[in-house]
Amino acid sequence: MSETRRVRRRPPTVLLVLAAVAVLLFVLPLVGLLSRTPWSRLGELLTSDLVLDALWLSFISSLAAAFISTILGVPLAWVLSRVEFPGRSIVRAIVTLPMVLPPVVGGAALLFALGRRGLVGESLDAVGIVLPFSLAGVILANVFVALPFLIITVEGALRSTDVRFEQAAASLGASRLTVFRRVTLPMIRPSLIAGVVLAWARALGEFGATVTFAGNLQGRTQTLPLAVFLSLESDRDAAVAISLLLVAISLIVLVALRDRWWRS
Amino acid sequence: MPTRSRVALAALLFAAACTGSGSLDAAGEVNVFAAASLADAFAEIEKAFEAQAPGVDVRLNIAGSSALREQILAGAPADVFASANRSVMDDVVAAGAANQPQDFVRNSLVIGVPEGNPAGVTSLDDFANAELLLGTCAVGVPCGDAAQRLFDRASITAQLDTTEPDVRALVTKLAAGELDAGIVYQTNTNASAEVDLAYSPDAAEATVTYPIAPLNDASNREAAIAFVNFVFSEDAQRILKRSGFVPLDGAG
Amino acid sequence: MTFGPLDARLIVHRDNGFVLDITLDIEPGTTVALLGPNGAGKSTTVDALGGLLPISDGRIALDGAVLDDPSQDVFAPPEAREIGIVFQDYLLFEHLSVRDNVSFGPVAAGNSNANAIAETWMQTLDIAAFANRSPTDLSGGQAQRVALARALASEPKLLLLDEPLAALDVETRTGLRRTLASHLGHFEGPRLLITHDPTDAFLLADEIAILEDGKVTQRGTPDELRRAPATSYAAALAGLNLLSGTTRGGVLELDDFAQSLSAADTQLDGAVLITIRPNAIALHAQQPHGSPRNTWSTTIRSVEPLGDITRVVLDLPLPLSVDVTPGAVSALSLAPGADVWASVKATEINLSPTGS
Repeated sequence: MSETRRVRRRPPTVLLVLAAVAVLLFVLPLVGLLSRTPWSRLGELLTSDLVLDALWLSFISSLAAAFISTILGVPLAWVLSRVEFPGRSIVRAIVTLPMVLPPVVGGAALLFALGRRGLVGESLDAVGIVLPFSLAGVILANVFVALPFLIITVEGALRSTDVRFEQAAASLGASRLTVFRRVTLPMIRPSLIAGVVLAWARALGEFGATVTFAGNLQGRTQTLPLAVFLSLESDRDAAVAISLLLVAISLIVLVALRDRWWRS
Repeated sequence: MPTRSRVALAALLFAAACTGSGSLDAAGEVNVFAAASLADAFAEIEKAFEAQAPGVDVRLNIAGSSALREQILAGAPADVFASANRSVMDDVVAAGAANQPQDFVRNSLVIGVPEGNPAGVTSLDDFANAELLLGTCAVGVPCGDAAQRLFDRASITAQLDTTEPDVRALVTKLAAGELDAGIVYQTNTNASAEVDLAYSPDAAEATVTYPIAPLNDASNREAAIAFVNFVFSEDAQRILKRSGFVPLDGAG
Repeated sequence: MTFGPLDARLIVHRDNGFVLDITLDIEPGTTVALLGPNGAGKSTTVDALGGLLPISDGRIALDGAVLDDPSQDVFAPPEAREIGIVFQDYLLFEHLSVRDNVSFGPVAAGNSNANAIAETWMQTLDIAAFANRSPTDLSGGQAQRVALARALASEPKLLLLDEPLAALDVETRTGLRRTLASHLGHFEGPRLLITHDPTDAFLLADEIAILEDGKVTQRGTPDELRRAPATSYAAALAGLNLLSGTTRGGVLELDDFAQSLSAADTQLDGAVLITIRPNAIALHAQQPHGSPRNTWSTTIRSVEPLGDITRVVLDLPLPLSVDVTPGAVSALSLAPGADVWASVKATEINLSPTGS
C-alpha cells in the first residue's frame, strides 16, 4: 500500500528513435541469420567433424590469446600510463595500429616479420620454429588483433585512477611491484575484466589475420570464422549453423559477464 | 572471323534477336562478376571493350567464383557472370539466374613454387612429403576441387599445411616463400614473377573450363550480351592467351 | 623502538617559479605544525618529504639516515623513507577491509607479525570493532583513525599529518581534533602537522612554524606566537582567542572572566580550553537578535589595521580579538572607547578538555 510512488519521465524522442535504430542495426542481421538457419539439420551440422574441430581450435586459441594479451598488455598499459619516456605517444599510436589496419594486412605484416622468410622468422626457421600454418600462428595472429583492445581499456582505467592511492601505498613501504599488485590492479578490476573479455571476443571472431598468417587447415588452423567463410563456398547451411554457434557462444559469455562483473 | 567460336556466334544471334540491334551500340553500365583468376585478363578486356563501345562503362567485381555465386543468388546487381568452373555456373543456372552459359577459355592447374624452387619440388609425388610446406585451395573452391581430383587420380594423400580460401591467397603465400609448393593456375605463374612453374601435370583433371553468361536479371542486358560477345572476339581471346589461358579451340 | 629527529633543509624550485626554502627540525615526541595559507608551499613540503618531488638543494635526514641530498646524489624513493602519512582524504584502499588496510604496511615489509601488529594498532585506536568492514562504510572519524592506524602500523620514523581534519565538517571537526590530539601521543617519533587552520595548529602542536610564500617566517610555541607575532599573517593567526574554563551541559564558565558562554558541544564536562577564531565574532551597533548568553555589550580597547583586515580588541567583560573588514570599521565607526555589541555563535566556540 505505502509503496514508493514511481514517477516515470519520458526520455527525449530523438534519443529514443536513434537508440532504436542502433538496436535495429544489431538485431536485423541476427534475425537474418536466424531466418536462414536450417533448424532441422542443425544438430547434424554442428556435430560434424569440421565444426567440432573448428570449435575446439577457436576455444583454445581465443582463450590463449586473451591470456597472452593480459600477460603482455597489462604491463604495457601500466608503462604507458605511469612511466614517462621519449616516444611514448608514438608507442601509444603503434599499439592501436592493429585496430585500424585491415586484419589481412596485419596477417601479411606478420608474415613479413615472422614468416619463414620474414625478418625474425628466418632465424626462427633456422632453429626449427615455424609459426605460419600452426596453432601457435593462429594464437599469434589472434593476439596481434586482440591486444590493442586490452591495452586501450586497461590504460584508460589506469589513467583515470587516482595515483595518490599508489603514493599512499608507497608511503607504507610497498615496492612499486607490490603497489601494482595490491593496489593498482584491484582498483582497475572492472576495466581489466572488460578488457580481457573484449580481447577474447575479438580473438574469437578473428578471420583475416589468421587466414593470412596461419593459413587454413581443418583440425590444425581452421577456427570457427574460417570454417564459416569456407563453408559459404560449399555448404551454406553449414555456414549459417556455425555463425549461429559463434553468436550463441559470444552472447552467453558477454551476457553472463556483464551481469556478474561488469558493474563497477 | 576464323577464331570466333560457334557458341559466340550463337550468342550474337541470340542478342540480336533480343534487342534487334547491333551489340556495339550498347550503352550504360554493365556489372561483370568475374572469377579471381580472371582479374588481370578481364581488366585488359574491359579497356579494349570500352574502346570499342565508348558508351559502355564496365564495372568489374572480382572474387572467388563461389563467393560471386552467393552474391548473385542473394540479388547483387550483376549483368554478367564469368566463373572459374562449370559446377558453380551450373548452380547459378539451376537457380534460374542465367541461361545457356558458354565456355570461353580454359586454364590448367600446375605446381607453383617460390621463385627458384628452393625446396626442389618436381612432381605431384612431392605433395606426399610431410616435411614440405604445401598448400592448395580449399575444397568447394574450383581450384581446390580440381587439385583434389588431381591427387585422387594419382592416388596421393596430400600432406597439406593449408587450404586457402582462394587462389590469390595461395599465390601470395607462394610468392612470400612461406609455402614450398602449391597447386595454382598456370595463369598465376605467368602473372607473378615471384612464383615459378615447377611441373605441369598432363591430365584432364588438370584442366578447368571457364563459362560465361549474361544474367537473366541483368538491368542492362543489351550491354551484358555485348560484353559476353566481346569476350569471344579475337582481341579478347588474344588477351586471355597472353595471360596464360588456353583458348578453347586450341588455336590462336 | 627508539626514534631520532627530523633534520631537514628543503629547497625546491618549481617550474612555475615558486621557491620553497625552509628548515624543519623536529625532535622525537614533538609535534610541529607547519601553518600557512594556500599556495604557501605546504603540498610542496609534503611531496618533498614523501619522496614524490626531489629537492633542488638542501638535505633531508631522518633518524640519522639521509633521505635526499642532491649534493651527495642521494635520493630515497617513497617506499624507503619510513614516513607514515595521514592524507587529507585518508586514501584508504576501498578494495581492502579495515584490517587489511592497517596491516598493509607490515605485510608489504614482509613482516611475519603483520596481523598482530595490525591488531594492536586497531585496539589502540579503537577501531577493532569494525576490522572486517569496508572503508566505504566508515564515518569520517572512524576513517581518520583507520588512516592513522595504517600509517602507525607501518612503523614509521616520522608521522606526517597532511590536513587531517580538512575533510570533515565543522561540527565533527571539533570532536575529532580532540581524539586526534590524544592519539598523537601513541607515536613517539617526530610529528609534523601540515595545516591551514590555526585552531588545529594551536591545539595540536607543541611548536608552530608559520609558512608564507615558501619561507618559514616565524617559529615558536603557540604562546610565543601569540605574544609576538612577526608578520601580519602571524598576527592575524595569533588573534585566535584562547580561554580556559569549565563546561557543563554546554554552559561555559570562564576561569578569568565573569561572562559565561554557551557552546554547541553539550557532551563535554569539566575543565576545557576554549578557542574562538577572531573572525567568528560579529560586532553590531545595536543589540542583535539571538542567544542572549552569547551576546554582550562592551567597549573597544584598540583598533589596528593588519593588511586587508582590521584587528579590534574588546574590553571587559571579555577581552577578545575580533577581525573585521575595513569597511565594517567605518560603517560601525569603530574606534577606541566606542560602545558596541558583540556576538558569537555557539558552533564557533571550540572546546578541548585540559588535563586528564
